[in-house]
Amino acid sequence: MDDSQVERILNNPKFQEMVSRKRKLSWTLTAIMLVIYVGFMLLVGYNKAFLSSSVSGGVTTWGIPLGLGIIVLSFVLCAVYSYIANHKLDPLNEDTLREVEAIAHEKGMH
Amino acid sequence: MKKECTKMKGISLNALFLAIIGLFASGLAMAAPDLGVAEQQATNWHAIIMFMIFVGFTLVITKWAAKQTQSTEDFYTAGGGISGFQNGLAIAGDYMSAASFLGISALVFSSGFDGLLYSLGFMVGWPIVLFLVAERLRNLGRFNLSDVVSFRLEEKPVRTLAAFSSLVVVAFYLIAQMVGAGQLIKLLFGLNYNIAVIVVGLLMTAYVLFGGMLATTWVQIIKAVLLLSGATFMAFMVMKAVDFSFSNMFTESIGVYSEAHKISLSEATKIMGPGKLTENPIDALSLGLALMFGTAGLPHILMRFFTVKDAKEARKSVVVATGFIGYFYLLTFIIGFGAILFVSNNPQFLDLAKAAMTGNLELIGGNNMAAVHLSDAVGGDLFMGFISAVAFATILAVVAGLTLSGVSAISHDLYANVFKKGQTTPASELRMSRIATIGLAIFAIILGVLFEKQNVAFMVGLAFSVAACANFPVLVLSMFWKGLTTRGAVIGGVVGLVGAVILIVLSKAVWVDTLAISETAPNPFNGPALFAMPLSFLCCWFFSITDKTARAEAERKAFDAQFVRSQTGIGISGASDH
Repeated sequence: MDDSQVERILNNPKFQEMVSRKRKLSWTLTAIMLVIYVGFMLLVGYNKAFLSSSVSGGVTTWGIPLGLGIIVLSFVLCAVYSYIANHKLDPLNEDTLREVEAIAHEKGMH
Repeated sequence: MKKECTKMKGISLNALFLAIIGLFASGLAMAAPDLGVAEQQATNWHAIIMFMIFVGFTLVITKWAAKQTQSTEDFYTAGGGISGFQNGLAIAGDYMSAASFLGISALVFSSGFDGLLYSLGFMVGWPIVLFLVAERLRNLGRFNLSDVVSFRLEEKPVRTLAAFSSLVVVAFYLIAQMVGAGQLIKLLFGLNYNIAVIVVGLLMTAYVLFGGMLATTWVQIIKAVLLLSGATFMAFMVMKAVDFSFSNMFTESIGVYSEAHKISLSEATKIMGPGKLTENPIDALSLGLALMFGTAGLPHILMRFFTVKDAKEARKSVVVATGFIGYFYLLTFIIGFGAILFVSNNPQFLDLAKAAMTGNLELIGGNNMAAVHLSDAVGGDLFMGFISAVAFATILAVVAGLTLSGVSAISHDLYANVFKKGQTTPASELRMSRIATIGLAIFAIILGVLFEKQNVAFMVGLAFSVAACANFPVLVLSMFWKGLTTRGAVIGGVVGLVGAVILIVLSKAVWVDTLAISETAPNPFNGPALFAMPLSFLCCWFFSITDKTARAEAERKAFDAQFVRSQTGIGISGASDH
C-alpha cells in the first residue's frame, strides 16, 4: 500500500462515512458501558445501603438485579455493536475498497 | 523428512503419555497412606479415570494437530484457520479458568454478593475489547500484541517493552494457575503437590510443543464445552430444588447461612449486598478498572484474535465469547448459592476439627472447594469425579494458552525481531519457539513449587493490574492516537509496569501479609490500577508531544497508513510475507 493509495482511501467519502459512524458507535457504546459500570462501582463504594435495600419487600436487594443486569447488558451491547458493524459498516468498507481498487486499476497503478 | 519428523513427534508423545501415567501411579502410591476414608478413595478414582480419558483424547488431538503444525503461522496462530465461533468458545475457555470457576463460586458461597462483583469486573472488559481493540488488532498484527504496537514505532525498544510486560503478566498468571493446579490435584486426586505441578508442566509442554496453537485451541474448546455442561447441570439441580425461583433460593440460603455461620438472620441477610471485599471505595474502583481494562491487555487473550481469518471473525469471536462467559458467570452465581444451601449444612463436607480451631465455617480442602462439594451433593460420586477432572483440565488448558503467548514474546519478539533484527528464517524461529516452550515449562514448574503457599486470587488480580497499567495504555494509544511516538510509548509503558509493580509491593497484601516488613503498609490502597494506569497514559502523552526528533515526525506521519489498514484490513493477506 503506497502513500497515494492511502490518500485516496482517506479521501473516499464512503470510507469517511464508515469511519465516522464506526467511531461514533464504538465510543458511544464504550461510554455507556463505562458510565454504568463505574457508576455501579461508585454505588458499591459510597452507597452500600442502597444496594443492600430490598427491591420489593422481599430478600432480593437492588444489588442483585443491577449486578446481573450489567452482565446481561455487556452481552447485549456486544450484540448491538456486532449487528450494526455487520449490516451497516462492513458494506461501506467493501464499497470503499472496490472504488479505490477500481481507480488504481484505471490508472494502471496496481 | 517431514513424515519422519511427525513420526518422531508421535513416538515422543506416546512416551510422554506413559511418563505421565507413571507419575500418576507413583504419586498415588505415595499418597495412599494419606487417604483417610475409603469412600474418598473411590471418588478419587472416578476423577482420575475421567481425567485420563480427557488427557488421552487431547493427546490424540495434539498428535493430529502436530501433523498440521509446520510453520510459525501454524504454531502461533493455527494458520489463522479457526472459525469465529470456535475462537469464541476458546476465548471463553481461556477466561473460565479454575480461578473463576472455583474462586468466584467460593466467594459467592462465603460472602454472597461480593462474588458477583468479581464476575462483573471480568465481564465488562469484553465490550471494551470488542469496541476498541479486537478488529484493529486483527487488521494490524500477525502473531501477538507486540506486532501491533511496533507497527509504526521503532521495532527494537517497543517490542522489547511489550515482550517484557507480556512476560510479567504471563508469569503472574502462570504462578496462579500452577499453584491452583497443584493444590486442586492434591485435594481431588490425593496426589503429592510437586508431582501434580510436574504433571501439569509435562502435559502443557506436550500440547504446546507438538500441537502449537491448533492443539491449544481445541483443548480449550473441549474443556469449555465440558465445563459449561457440568456447571449447567449443577445450576439446574440447584434451581430445581428451589422451584426455579431466585427469591426462594435467596430466602432459603439466608436461613441456612445464618445457621451454618451461627449468626443472626439479619446479619446473614447482609450477604445480599456489598460486604468486606470493597470496604474501601478507592479499592473498589481500582479493582473495577484493573479487571475492566486488564482484559484488553492480557497477552494470551489478545493472541487469540490472530487465529481467525479477518476482523469480522474476530468480532464474532468476542460476541460468542461474551455470551458464553456471561452465561457462565450467571451459573457460578447460582452454584455459589447452591453451595450455601447444600454444602454448608452437610457435615460430610465440613472440616469440623479446623472449624473448632478457627471458629469459622470450614470446608474440607478449604472454601475454594465449594463448587466441587456441591457437585457431590447434587450429582453423586461420579459427577464429582467429572467436575474434578474438568477443573483440572481447565487449568491445563489455560496454562497451555499462557505458555504459548509467553513463547511468542520470547521467540517472535525478543529472538527473531529484537536479537536477530528480523534476519531469521521461519525454521530457526520455530526451533527457538520450541526451546522457549520447554524453558517456560521448566520455569512454570519451578514457580509452581516455589509459590506453593501464595494466594491464588491475589496473583490473578496482579496479572490483570499489570496488564491494565502497562499493556493497555500503549496498545490503545498506538492504535488510536496519531501523536504517539516511540519515546512516549516506551516511557509510558515502563512507568505503567514499574508503577504497578511498586504499588503492589508497597500495598498491605505484599508488604505486610507476605513480606512482613512492617505493621502498616506504605501504600494504603490494594489495587494499583486507579493510579498507575492514568500515570502511564499521562507519560505516553507527555513524552510523545515533547518528542521533536525526526523519527517521531516520521512515526506520526506513518499513522495514516496504519489507520487505513486498521480500518479496512487492506494488505493483511500480504502481511505474512514481511
